[in-house]
This record gives sequence, C-alpha cells and structure tokens, in this order.
Amino acid sequence: MRNGAGANVIARLENTALAFGSRIILRNCTLDIVEGAITCIIGLSGAGKSTILRLIDGLLLPSEGHVFVRDQDICHVSEDQRNVIRQKISLSFQFSALLDSLSVGDNVALPLREHTRLTHAEIHRTVMDALDSVGLANAYDALPGELSGGMLKRAGFARAIVTRPELVLYDEPTTGLDPIMGAVIDGLIVDIVRRLGGTAVAITHDMASARRIGDAAAMLHGGRIIWTGPASDLMHSGNPAVDQFTHGRREGPIQMELRR
Amino acid sequence: MRALDRFGRATIDFFEYAGGLALLSAESLGFMLQLRIRIAETISQAALLGVQSLLIVCLTSLFTGMVISLESAQQAVAYGVSNLVGGAVAYASVRELGPMLTGVVVAGRVGAAIAAELGSMVVTEQIEALRSMGVEPPRFLVVPRLLALLLMLPLLTIFADVVSIAGGAWIAQTYAHIPYDSFVSSIRESIDFSDVVKGLVKSVVFAAIIALVGAYQGLSTRGGAAGVGRSTTFAVVLAIILIFASNFLLSFLLFGGR
Repeated sequence: MRNGAGANVIARLENTALAFGSRIILRNCTLDIVEGAITCIIGLSGAGKSTILRLIDGLLLPSEGHVFVRDQDICHVSEDQRNVIRQKISLSFQFSALLDSLSVGDNVALPLREHTRLTHAEIHRTVMDALDSVGLANAYDALPGELSGGMLKRAGFARAIVTRPELVLYDEPTTGLDPIMGAVIDGLIVDIVRRLGGTAVAITHDMASARRIGDAAAMLHGGRIIWTGPASDLMHSGNPAVDQFTHGRREGPIQMELRR
Repeated sequence: MRALDRFGRATIDFFEYAGGLALLSAESLGFMLQLRIRIAETISQAALLGVQSLLIVCLTSLFTGMVISLESAQQAVAYGVSNLVGGAVAYASVRELGPMLTGVVVAGRVGAAIAAELGSMVVTEQIEALRSMGVEPPRFLVVPRLLALLLMLPLLTIFADVVSIAGGAWIAQTYAHIPYDSFVSSIRESIDFSDVVKGLVKSVVFAAIIALVGAYQGLSTRGGAAGVGRSTTFAVVLAIILIFASNFLLSFLLFGGR
C-alpha cells in the first residue's frame, strides 16, 4: 500500500466516520500512516484523537469507511483475525493500563506468554531487555501501584515494544509529566522507532513534543482531519485553525465555548 | 405514549443484557471446551474465591443448622416425635439450605469481588489493554474465575451441609436431649446419597450464575468509580435473585417426584 507520494503506508483510514448514537466523533477522515515515520496527531481535547488510535488497533470499528493495516481492511475480518493483526500493532495507553494485579515484569511478559512459544528463560531475557531499554531494569518485581507517573509510562512503553511490533500507537505519551520527563519520553519514542525500525503514531497536545518527535503531523478538528503535512511545518502551516492551535491563540477560527 | 416508550426501552435493555450474558457464557464455555485454561490462575482464584469463603460459609451454615434444629426440636418434642429431628435438619440442609445459603453468601462475597475487580479494570483501561494485545478478556479473566467457582462451590456446599447438620445435632442433644445416635439414624432414614448429589448439582448452577453475572456486570461497567459501585451492587442483587429463582426450578426438576 502506497500513498500519493509513493511512500509505503502501514495503516490507512479511508473516509472513516464514527458515531455513538447521535454523537458524531469522526466524519469522513482519511489519513495515511507512513512506514518508518513518527506521525503526530494533534487537536483539541475530545476531538477524537484517541479514537483514531483505537480504530487503527481495531478496538473500535467505524460506522462508515475503512481502516487498513497493511493491505487488510480490519473492519471486515473476524475478531480472531483482528487479534492476529493486533500482534503487529501495540497501543501504549495514556495512563499505561498495566494490569495492577501483575508485577511490571509480568505485565511486560504478558504478550510474549500469550503469543509466542518462547521458553521461560527467553521471555525473562526479552522482558529484561525491554525494561532496560526504558530504564526500568530494576523494576521487574515492582507492582504498578508502586511506580511514579513517568515510570508507569515507560513500563507501558516496554510492554508495547516487547514483541517488536511494526506499529506502535502512543496515546498522549507526555501528558501529565514534567518537561524534563516529557523530553526523556520523547527521546525514548524516537529511539525506539529508529532502533527497532518500526513506525509510530503519537497523540499529543504538546507542540514542543510534536516538533521534537514528529516526522509527519495531522490535525483533527470538528471530527475532521483538517491538515496533514510535515511536522516541521506545524508552526507555519498556513491553515488558520492549525496556526491558532499550535500558537495557542485565543482568537481564531476555533471557537472555545465556556458555558457558565 | 411515554409509558410505552419506557416499556419498549426496558424490553430492549432486558434482551440486550440477557443476550450479552448468554454470549459471555457461550464464549467462556467455548474456551473451557477447547481447554484454553490458565491453570495457575484458576488455582489462585480457587484459593482466593473459594478457600477464603470457607469460614463465612461454615459460620452461616452452623447457625442455620442450629436454628432449624431448635425450631424443629420444640415441635417434635411436643408431638413426641423427637426421633425425626435429625432427618428434618439433614433434609433441609442437604436439599435446600446448604446449597442455597452457600450460594447466597458466596454471591455476596465473591460475586461482588468479581464485579468490582473487572469493573475497575474496565475504567482503568486494563480490559482494553488486554484486547489491544490480542488477549480475549473472557478467556484471560472470566474462565479462571468461573472454573474456580464451579470447583469450589460444591466443596463449600459439602462443608456447609456437614457443619449445618453438626450444629443441628449439638442443639438437638443439648436443648431437646435427643441422643446423637438417634439423630444420626433419623438422618439415614430421611435422606440418601442422591439427595446430596442433587444438592451439589444445584451448587454447580449457582456457581455459574455467580461467576458469570459478576463477570458480565464487571465487564459492562461504565462511568468510573460510581459505575463500579453500581455494577457491584447489581451483580450481587441479580445473582441472589437468580439463585432463588433457579433453586425453585431445580428443586421442582430434581425433587419434584418426592
């Protein structure tokens, strides 16, 4: 699957719409996720950014349109087939979503135990490698409740990358972290993509983060993707709504209503 | 028109709930038949859900057996048939109260725990994380709990039967001066092994109700901490109602002839 510029596309939303009852979340969205790149999706809170990640992962199915991973339309396959496709994709959750009854090591080992026939020793070694790559080699036996916010994010990353997926989806990876930890996490995302040779999609509100890690960017507003382009163009996109958002201006086409 | 609308919505909700519960039951049964079972987790759940319920089940059964004995001994002595007290206590305990009280107590303790645990996993996105890893929540979470209860509830029921009868025997002896051998021979005349087995069949059905209602309610949780609270309460209430209803049905089917 290739896009208009001839680049390999690992995932594609094609005229995708999603509504829950009368509440419309996405309308006619088309977006290509280019292989080997980090794509940042920006937009207001509640714009449906996380929904896009869940559509790509097959956790949600669109009301209209298609979602392709590689060449496969994941909307028209069985749940078992989707589970197979999901083994190529990892979703790193905003609040990590580690199973709180398992230790960090067991959380990271979970996808390996479920989907591979590796021995206990091989799983332990692979998990230790993944934890080491996010700086948590000493946290194997810790419970998620014993970790700080930044450590939880990194443990979530370790679980997301332990199976060496082709595509990692990061849901607000730096939200709620201090600027230094945010920069560390950004560095990790870039390092993971460059070192493992995968592809990433990151949802963010943080323009500094988007510029630091993004190769490509897309902005979602009003349920539509209103702009796509290189992440380096984010601050001078020429699109008034994108400019308002990226510069954090109160005045502009995006009207925020504060109801009292 | 509004009443009709409400009735329509309630009907749809009912069938949606029943359908979801049936689907979860079928999925869980499917995984069990394919032997896709996490054995270590099942054993751990059996200890957590079953063994830790032993004390409360024994206490409840002890006092129930004692009160049946107390009430029946009073009447029996008045009518000069004190030799029937053992049979009355065993009959009630083995066929009805043992399985049902164990079911109700476990529904309160374990059904609530299952609903609360799975519900909080939903609101903290842990269930979604499992799905995103290609792990089926029914196989990973529901099957171990269901199997653990299917194994443990009959065992708890046996303990409940024994403790209830023992408590009854003690009260009969101390309160109505009915000797233990008379009490035991009355039991032998009143119930046979098939009664015990039928009581255990009931407990298997109750185990399935408690585990599946708790799990379905937990997995259907919406709306944060308040949602977890609602799920937990509803799981217990519904499981207890279903236990009572199915107990009547099972008694009719199993013991209807005698």
